[in-house]
Amino acid sequence: MADIITTPHISGHADHHDVDYLHDGKGLKSWLTTVDHKRIGIMYLWSILFMFFLGGVFAMMIRLELLTPKQTIMSAETYNKVFTLHGAIMVFLFIIPSVPAALANFVLPLMLGAKDVAFPKLNLFSWYIYMAGALIAVAAMVTGGVDTGWTFYTPYSTTTDGSVALMTFAAFVLGFSSILTGVNFVATIHKLRAPGMGWFDMPLFCWGIYATALIQVLATPVLAITLLLLIMERTFGIGIFDPKLGGDPVLFQHFFWFYSHPAVYIMILPGMAIISEIIPTFSQKTIFGYRAIAFSSVAIALVSFIVWGHHMFTSGQSQLASAIFSFITFFVAVPSAIKTFNWIVTMYKGSVAFNAPMLYALSFLLLFGIGGLTGIFLGAVSVDIHLHDTYFVVAHFHYVMMGSTVIAFLGGLHYWWPKMFGRMYNESAAKVACALVFIGFNATFLPQFVLGSRGMPRRYYNYLPEFQFLHQVSTVGSWILGLGFLIMAGYLFASLRKKMDAPANPWHSRTLEWQTASPPITHNFHEVPSVGGGPYDYYRPVGQGRNA
Amino acid sequence: MDSIRHWMLGPQGSAYANDVDVLYMFLVWLSVFFFALIVFLTVYFAWKYRRRKEGVLTPNIGHNLALELLWSIVPLIIVMGIFFWGFNDYVRASVAPNDAIEIHVTGKKWLWAFEYPDGTRTIGNLHVPVNRPVKLILTSEDVLHDFYIPSMRQKTDVIPGRFVDLTFTPTVPGRHQVFCAEYCGKSHSDMMANLFVDSPEAYEKWLVEGDPELQTMPPVEVGKLVYENKGCNSCHSIDGSKNTGPSFKGLYGRLEKFTDGSTVTVDDNYIAESINNPQARIVAGYEPVMPTFQGLLRIPEMRGIIAYIKELK
Repeated sequence: MADIITTPHISGHADHHDVDYLHDGKGLKSWLTTVDHKRIGIMYLWSILFMFFLGGVFAMMIRLELLTPKQTIMSAETYNKVFTLHGAIMVFLFIIPSVPAALANFVLPLMLGAKDVAFPKLNLFSWYIYMAGALIAVAAMVTGGVDTGWTFYTPYSTTTDGSVALMTFAAFVLGFSSILTGVNFVATIHKLRAPGMGWFDMPLFCWGIYATALIQVLATPVLAITLLLLIMERTFGIGIFDPKLGGDPVLFQHFFWFYSHPAVYIMILPGMAIISEIIPTFSQKTIFGYRAIAFSSVAIALVSFIVWGHHMFTSGQSQLASAIFSFITFFVAVPSAIKTFNWIVTMYKGSVAFNAPMLYALSFLLLFGIGGLTGIFLGAVSVDIHLHDTYFVVAHFHYVMMGSTVIAFLGGLHYWWPKMFGRMYNESAAKVACALVFIGFNATFLPQFVLGSRGMPRRYYNYLPEFQFLHQVSTVGSWILGLGFLIMAGYLFASLRKKMDAPANPWHSRTLEWQTASPPITHNFHEVPSVGGGPYDYYRPVGQGRNA
Repeated sequence: MDSIRHWMLGPQGSAYANDVDVLYMFLVWLSVFFFALIVFLTVYFAWKYRRRKEGVLTPNIGHNLALELLWSIVPLIIVMGIFFWGFNDYVRASVAPNDAIEIHVTGKKWLWAFEYPDGTRTIGNLHVPVNRPVKLILTSEDVLHDFYIPSMRQKTDVIPGRFVDLTFTPTVPGRHQVFCAEYCGKSHSDMMANLFVDSPEAYEKWLVEGDPELQTMPPVEVGKLVYENKGCNSCHSIDGSKNTGPSFKGLYGRLEKFTDGSTVTVDDNYIAESINNPQARIVAGYEPVMPTFQGLLRIPEMRGIIAYIKELK
């Protein structure tokens, strides 16, 4: 894809749009009214990073409280609110928008050779909706908090005190931001690919984001309906979910997981999409099994809609339902295995460099391996009955959500940081931070598998003394993890104070976002790029595409 | 091997627990194998093909059908096997045999209450005889709970307005831990219970005599537990207010007048008669609606409720 076939430069075009996007317009107003996908991506990036910090502080509080049984630093009521906020913030305000709304917003149009997304104003609007949702969530936190867990299970959520309706409304609003981003990306990928770029000439990142966007558009409305029903139940007592009013509490779980299981793939597919970029670039190698990776993303997206019942094996649903959901669930294992082996084999006969983004990608392979394999335990019904709602599940989904998605997000952040801000960060510090995050993460969550298989239930404020040692290992691990993030914040902020020093293509990548300046000009490319090859043609010299 | 299993999964309480553990440990070793494969390939390729020179071209290896089929079909076959294994065990364990003891369980914030076939009711302690299948029939009075016995590898959500059941056949005598595994608010993590697996003789003895700790408790406290747990409180107030039945406040020593015009001064024997044979004499102004509790109160419990009523002056 490095083969940009130049069209004649239109003379007299060298106006202010040749300035890089960071300097095209000054002041807060130029940012708040921008329709540039890159600026919107950056605004999303700072928003979600702040939310990640907030969710992270709550996580550290949870681990500190669990250092000892009974009270360590807070009361049971506070603890219940803290773990609820940790989950709700991380899921709705950080992970779901992290890769699509922040990173993909920035790089997707660049990768496609487009000037912007299909609907730039809608893109800005979705950021404002996100901010509105975030403000409502903060309002819910300070006006009583929420102690339902991020899953809002009824009838607890319809009967407990606190700002449940407000927090639910925040998630409802955030859903629309997610839907609009999804619609925008689907349209962008369909309509704005550069001349000559067929579907299979797109970088795999675009396939991953496409599959994600499909789920966002199709599944999120179900969440909206569910949350609206919950708000009406709480406010007007309409009796959909509360058995005292003739409702069915398990119905809520069906509704909730009908969205929230696909949402798991809204979270992991973009992570996989990033890995599919980093590994070929740092191996300087054609990706192995392009079509298999592309189709397995779409396959995972489709299967994700019909496995929600595996969250409910103990909920009293029928044995037949459990059988069907367990059976279908195992099919997710196959595309996951395909992807994993494709990524690994891509390095075969490559030229592998160990820059920070690649270290995150290699970490991803190992951590996603553990996250995926432990998913098999939970898919087997008899074993799941024992493990359901224990720390085993907590460990499993942290390996997938944090060990995989967040690690991939960090890889992508380090990979595209020079492109976004035009500056290189301190590579040695980045390697140290990556190692600390990797070690700290495993120290935090590996012991939790054993806690869970030994029977320690989740969402426990107090626990039996026999579980204390493993809890303490986990808490110490969280401190190592926190230290890694502190160092990361340090060198990333430090890099922003430097002069711009990043070359256009520091990693020698062949995808289009690297064929323009770092940071890019407002309209991305001086000329409309025309594509004459695949995105990973590392087997031939730059500029000798199939059209050359 | 067995020590690894014990370290990971804790004690087993039934034959079924061992079945679950066999599958669990199979999955552990399967995962160890595949994880080792991933680590080996990742580290080996990354190191063997590390960058030695900048700007080199690499071979164009797009795909390899045989290899791709291999790593699609092998995982598919393995996971299908795991599905049947897990599902088969699950179905077998969820069908209660006909001779199972049926015990009713009620979850409420934040305690577990049990009711036995002979009417015995307990809170927080579940007694069952060893080597006999047990079928728990569970419901909740408020929000969702989850009855979880780790040593039996069994749990089920407990749902208000619905009955669910949970079956196990304990084979290991002694105390087993019960947790609430569905988040239910402030004291969720303290909503525990003890499962005591007794020898058949000890179980029968327990049904008659009750918990040993009841025998060391002052009778008034035993009586208060009886009042709250056996349902007296739904018809008899302790503050003098009128309900379906006469209030217990100031009852002891009072002169009661019956529908047939006779009277009695309330004493131990009258209370015992009213519990065992409530229809014998009906206090004037009340309906004859109280069910008999004949055989449902043990002697210490009967003494306790009498002492409790005596206290309510």
